[in-house]
Amino acid sequence: MARRYDSRTTIFSPEGRLYQVEYAMEAISNAGAAIGMLCTDGVVLVAEKKITSKLLDSKAVGVRREKMYKLDDHLACAVAGITADANILINTCRATAQRYYFAYQEPMPVEQLVRALCDTKQGYTQFGGQRPFGVSLLYAGWDEHYGFQLYQSDPSGNYGGWKAVAIGGGHAAAQNLLKTEYKEDTPVSGGIPALIKVLSKSMDSSLTSDKVELATVTRDAATGKVIFKVYESAELQPYLDAANAEKEAAASS
Amino acid sequence: MDFFMGIKGKDFVLVCADTSAVHSIISIKQDEDKIIPVDTHKVFCIAGEAGDRVQFSEYIIANIKLYSLRNETGLSTKSVAHYTRGELATALRKSPYHCNLLVAGFDEGMGPSLYWLDYLATLHKVNTGGTGYGSYFALSLFDKMWHPDLSEDEAVAMMEAGIAEIKKRLVVAPPHYIIKVVDKNGVREVKKV
Repeated sequence: MARRYDSRTTIFSPEGRLYQVEYAMEAISNAGAAIGMLCTDGVVLVAEKKITSKLLDSKAVGVRREKMYKLDDHLACAVAGITADANILINTCRATAQRYYFAYQEPMPVEQLVRALCDTKQGYTQFGGQRPFGVSLLYAGWDEHYGFQLYQSDPSGNYGGWKAVAIGGGHAAAQNLLKTEYKEDTPVSGGIPALIKVLSKSMDSSLTSDKVELATVTRDAATGKVIFKVYESAELQPYLDAANAEKEAAASS
Repeated sequence: MDFFMGIKGKDFVLVCADTSAVHSIISIKQDEDKIIPVDTHKVFCIAGEAGDRVQFSEYIIANIKLYSLRNETGLSTKSVAHYTRGELATALRKSPYHCNLLVAGFDEGMGPSLYWLDYLATLHKVNTGGTGYGSYFALSLFDKMWHPDLSEDEAVAMMEAGIAEIKKRLVVAPPHYIIKVVDKNGVREVKKV
């Protein structure tokens, strides 16, 4: 009889569950994982790209990056879930951030943007007629109130701040690995290999540069300007080689 | 005939306002405080139409309070100034508020700041600024006396010199003035003149 309660997003089942929201979360579990780690001098995001094909034009706009998006000068995100839904949310985020800047002439505090987006997401779990967004996001940013921050949000509109967090396919396993891999006071230079190691363990195949996206949010030491950097294949390759070698060594021993 | 002056010092902002409440040619009272606290470390000096002044400042202050309740952190003086300007600019093409203001505040880390804002929503960050006929007399004096390392005593002396000039030369000089300072400890009244 579950059918009676899962056709509408806004109706509780007798057990007090919202099936559509749970299904949306399920949809995300099929997507490529995205993992983030808060470091002393920045935030690291890595993600697994699911769509790989020899025929894919890696230079075409909109295909080059699938998981990492810049939201504002001080803020970026990684997504897991339905990419089409993510595009809508990213658009909302960008508009919200610019609206804030227009009103106050200061960059929007990270948590406020996360909360604004989660208010939108929550609306789709309560007001009828539409399905929730099938997207989880990791937000990496810097603001003058709390410095570097890492947040995670899911389709229900829940969000939280994390030191290290995983979303998407195999997130539960990755989250467990993060518990052992995370060390306090790790700099970005140490966070990158740690996250790639976690990603490699949660992926079935070996790591290649067309399957992995890596981005960092750091600050320029001299000017204090926030820098969002997406690693190109060539920059990424050494990290992947090291992780693959380590994985092989572990397998053979 | 409202008169306001503000002086940004080394680690404080000093503001001065007349205390006359005027209606047409009638002076209603002489103890009106036109320096309105926005939060613990910010003030508005609002001049202009009496009704607009109250309506506009209450509206802005309520919104700033709402922001700090929602976000568990207040807005900086810069943000308040730009937000106020935005509201004034939006209202300008609908039902304008006829009021000029000075925004003075002190922010942790950023220090003191002073903004000048008129009813047409022109915003300027200034070291010294003022509105009303009185400012025509005092501003040139302040240009001569102001320097970046100004101490509070120097600023009070400057302000008193400005007031003396107004009382000497301005036909419609207001009789009483109030001087307040905003610094790291918040807002406090310095003296009445």
